[in-house]
Amino acid sequence: MRELDVAAISACLERLCVRANTRLPEDVCRAIDDCAQRETWPMAREILGDIQKNARLARETGLPVCQDTGMACVFLEIGQDVHLVGGALSQAVNEGVRRGYVGGYLRASVVADPIRRGNTGDNTPAMIYTDLVPGEQVKITLCPKGFGSENMSAIRMLKPSAGLAGIEDFILETVEAAGPNPCPPMVIGVGIGGTFDKVALLAKKALLRPLDQRNPDPYYGALEEALLAKVNALGIGPQGFGGRTTALGLNIEVLPTHIAGMPCAVNISCHVTRHETEVL
Amino acid sequence: MERHITLPLTEEAARSLRAGDRVYLTGVVYTSRDAGHQRLCRALERGEKLPIDLKDATIYYVGPTPAPPGRVIGSAGPTTSGRMDAYAPALLAQGARGMIGKGARSPQVVEAMKRYGGVYFGAIGGAGALLAACIKGCRLIAYEDLGAEALRELYVEEMPLYVVIDSRGENLYELGRAAYLRS
Repeated sequence: MRELDVAAISACLERLCVRANTRLPEDVCRAIDDCAQRETWPMAREILGDIQKNARLARETGLPVCQDTGMACVFLEIGQDVHLVGGALSQAVNEGVRRGYVGGYLRASVVADPIRRGNTGDNTPAMIYTDLVPGEQVKITLCPKGFGSENMSAIRMLKPSAGLAGIEDFILETVEAAGPNPCPPMVIGVGIGGTFDKVALLAKKALLRPLDQRNPDPYYGALEEALLAKVNALGIGPQGFGGRTTALGLNIEVLPTHIAGMPCAVNISCHVTRHETEVL
Repeated sequence: MERHITLPLTEEAARSLRAGDRVYLTGVVYTSRDAGHQRLCRALERGEKLPIDLKDATIYYVGPTPAPPGRVIGSAGPTTSGRMDAYAPALLAQGARGMIGKGARSPQVVEAMKRYGGVYFGAIGGAGALLAACIKGCRLIAYEDLGAEALRELYVEEMPLYVVIDSRGENLYELGRAAYLRS
């Protein structure tokens, strides 16, 4: 049994908040560069050029890549041989997020109540997801999720008879409805299977996988490529002004499901898809 | 067509702009988004004096990150404009001329733009660091309690934008995509 003081988790999250918001991940930068190379439409090329410039500028100046520094989605994989000491885990996570956002000049974008509103002033609370895994390490992933794209996400409880065609139609319909709103080029996270709640989480977890890493199941890996091609044939383009580059990537995560169902969730993200991981 | 425009935006200048124009704005723009728009419109309903003069004004839908030491402003890209659709026609009726944001607008907003001579500019969504570089001044005007959503006066130099919807209701989202798909 390894003991780990939760203060280390706070310190880690503080670092991750600042790093994730000011440095676009390498896989996303590479996807933007690739798309800029392949884009043929002049206005789309110009916009992708500005998006590249923006990511460089953020890295150099330490300013956030995007002013929507997101809601802090924190994924914890906690080894079952770790004993967390020194306080409550959720408090430690929120303390790290608070220090990262306030000290890092990041935007406080969280309201205390969904209807009565009221900004909490420090971007807490974080959305915390915990998984117990074998081992004695703690893996912490932070995904600051912007809401221009989150608002365009959708979930549908498809009938099994809808088949693959039903999944494809739902994804394309969701991207079409999102149009220019989520700051295309988008990143598309798809969850299929599980239950109503689990499928949404799968879609969000799909956004954490590097864009150049296909689903290890060749069936889904090929489906990711085929669906991305279909999305990019829609012609929405960067910012919705037309072009080939509607999405930088599309990742699918799946789970077994019930004989009566085929849940599907589409979590839309933007070209500022941020995720940072550290292992303690 | 490339246009360099000094603010405030007159009706004549606004009506001369066309969807797809590349525009560089210099001058004063006001920041406002969800909660700020709600307050402006409530004040209008009550017949109260607004904290800014809307005549020929341009409103930037933005909630910037806090300014780090030595900087005028933090990251400052546009937010999704559709959330301001419920309020925009009332502001256009009061003389507001330009709106800067990203994403689709409602038919009601487009009708008000045609009627009053308004124009909707798109800034590149997600390019907050790039857009911050053209903001040379920032002053708090009202609603400080709203934090990032407070009403601020920005002085911008050569702010890079596209005309997304012009005062005739022509729309770059439709025109640009159709032209690409035809190509």
